[in-house]
Amino acid sequence: MHILRELVAERERPCLLFSGGKDSIVLLRLAEMAFRPARFPFPLVHIDTGHNFPETIEYRDRTIARLGERLIVGSVQASIDQGRASEETGPRASRNRLQTVTLLDTIAKHEFDAAIGGARRDEEKARAKERIFSHRDELGQWEPKQQRPELWALYNARLKKGEHLRVFPLSNWTELDVWQYIAREDIDLPALYFAHEREVFERDRMLYAANPFMQLLPREQVRREVVRFRTIGDMSCTGAVRSNARTLDDVIAEVAAARITERGATRADDRFTEAAMEDRKREGYF
Amino acid sequence: MVTALAAPEQTDEPELLRFTTAGSVDDGKSTLIGRLLYDTKTAFEDQLAHVEDVSRRRGDERVNLALLTDGLRAEREQGITIDVAYRYFATPRRKFIIADTPGHIQYTRNMVTGASTASLAIVLVDARLGVVEQTRRHALIASLLKIPHLVFAVNKMDLVGWERARFTELAAQLEPLAARLDIPAITTIPISALTGANVVERSREMPWFTGPALLEHLETVHVDRIATELRFPVQWVIRPQSDEFHDYRGYAGQLAGGVVRTGDRVVVLPSGKPTRIARIEHSGRVVDAAAAPASITLHLADDLDVGRGDLICRPDEQPVASQDFDAMVCWMSERPLVPNGRYALKHTTRWTRAVATEISYRLDINSGEQHGGASELRANDLARIRIRTHAPIFGDPYNRNRLTGSFALVDETTHATVAAGMLLG
Repeated sequence: MHILRELVAERERPCLLFSGGKDSIVLLRLAEMAFRPARFPFPLVHIDTGHNFPETIEYRDRTIARLGERLIVGSVQASIDQGRASEETGPRASRNRLQTVTLLDTIAKHEFDAAIGGARRDEEKARAKERIFSHRDELGQWEPKQQRPELWALYNARLKKGEHLRVFPLSNWTELDVWQYIAREDIDLPALYFAHEREVFERDRMLYAANPFMQLLPREQVRREVVRFRTIGDMSCTGAVRSNARTLDDVIAEVAAARITERGATRADDRFTEAAMEDRKREGYF
Repeated sequence: MVTALAAPEQTDEPELLRFTTAGSVDDGKSTLIGRLLYDTKTAFEDQLAHVEDVSRRRGDERVNLALLTDGLRAEREQGITIDVAYRYFATPRRKFIIADTPGHIQYTRNMVTGASTASLAIVLVDARLGVVEQTRRHALIASLLKIPHLVFAVNKMDLVGWERARFTELAAQLEPLAARLDIPAITTIPISALTGANVVERSREMPWFTGPALLEHLETVHVDRIATELRFPVQWVIRPQSDEFHDYRGYAGQLAGGVVRTGDRVVVLPSGKPTRIARIEHSGRVVDAAAAPASITLHLADDLDVGRGDLICRPDEQPVASQDFDAMVCWMSERPLVPNGRYALKHTTRWTRAVATEISYRLDINSGEQHGGASELRANDLARIRIRTHAPIFGDPYNRNRLTGSFALVDETTHATVAAGMLLG
């Protein structure tokens, strides 16, 4: 809350990136805590890859309606149609990397000078050195060596023209912290996070939801399994885990006992190279 | 109606301990952190598999736990840590945040950054080398930043044959250093990060050491919040432009000290106008009282003109309001501080302009000596300076309150944060 209020007090045009994932859902609750009964002093932005789970979009629209806040949708499909981005091809094609183009375009179009995101430092090694107020140059790039020292609770949101900030209020939360907070505050989540039966197929030792955006490779077969998702991104890069955790308490017990990181278990996008996340961050990814 | 004291914010629950680690290139700091993550089962199987794989490829004799923490590519290539990195682990008793700072380049700047939010510092001492320049430097910075707990972790005990005599000798070497520090609780523990001795489990190799293992100490050390005066810097004014909440006017912020209760008599600075606390909201609920560091919204009994940067406190516990003050600073910029340099200054939620009017002395962080007559400050210098601000600052001495006693200086052209400052009493 302190972080959100510092940001809105010091920047003219912030926005909050809402993905429909649990971290950004927690961010929305923190924003309610920080600014209610007034309206949020920023709009919400969703970068829609066109490959989202239908449950995510349904959840997004329901939540926006409940909050009565403004939503701006940046469409990756539109970026592709305008020739701003070109689609990857083949069975492993993903729009994950293309999101960066749409994100930067959306930020430029609405002249946002700061974007709030739900990233946490415990997710991945390259994130461990991320600042809470992360400074990006005119091209949206992250330069690890140029980051500002963060002292006490004194955040420096000052910028030169053209620069902007990414702000991560959940930096110091772990996956378990997020779940415990969701339980404590009794926050409604997309059903994807709980165990359910669905059609999946296995690839690279990960389970993917059968979906129209991914082509099956030879010998891959669709079958029904009871699964849940630990993270929610695109259907083309988010894997499911076999799980019987149907309630929040089940999920918390499962997370507390987990022996594999959530990104390692379920995110194909981080697996390509050892420094995949660092490279994408430099380009302007969250 | 009975309501409990509002709980602190989620990330600041009492069972959380933030600590900082500092060490030089080869004293095993990364190995120690890797060991804590590994032995507390925080490191996940996919991370371990990766580290084992890389260790094998590099031809290391055993799994190199340091690889668990070296994050950025440049660091892995150079085999060193560049910047402050934050790590998380938990035991059933406590959650921990480690601010892991490098010991070599930019050491002071990074240590100060990590130390500013820490309640405990671990300073590694190589059992073979004893107290070296860096030991003194790290301990002095911890003392300067008023970290209440310090642990000297005497590492690599396996390389000195687990000898009690060597440890006793080192403890004696550390004593005169400890005596010079302004830190109430100092503990010395013999460990081996490489083998794990006395890190998580008590060591069988050193039965002569009867104190707790490092983790046990971290789990049980008393992280008391020193009771301080009520300090509430107004961060944001909540005024809904709606019919339903037409008269709603809430002052939101994070308590920087003390406890506030409904009905308390307070004053608002700088105006000095007195009023009462009419209502306290915390996490969307009305509560009777709240304690630092809770983020809350206050409603005042009188209709006053209150804005961001104002301070709410008790009438008989007002901080010093001043435009001229002495401060210790750590200079963090490649562009040096020169006398009469102008900067933007951020103190709690208030920005003002400031001029550094005088460099009183530079502090030699290795020896603790003061050197007068400095004409400029360079990156990683520590110094006492005199500052004049455009508007008054409502500050406390840093040793009374780390939040209302600290400030940052920002370059007005580049907007980079160039200094960390602590108000002197």
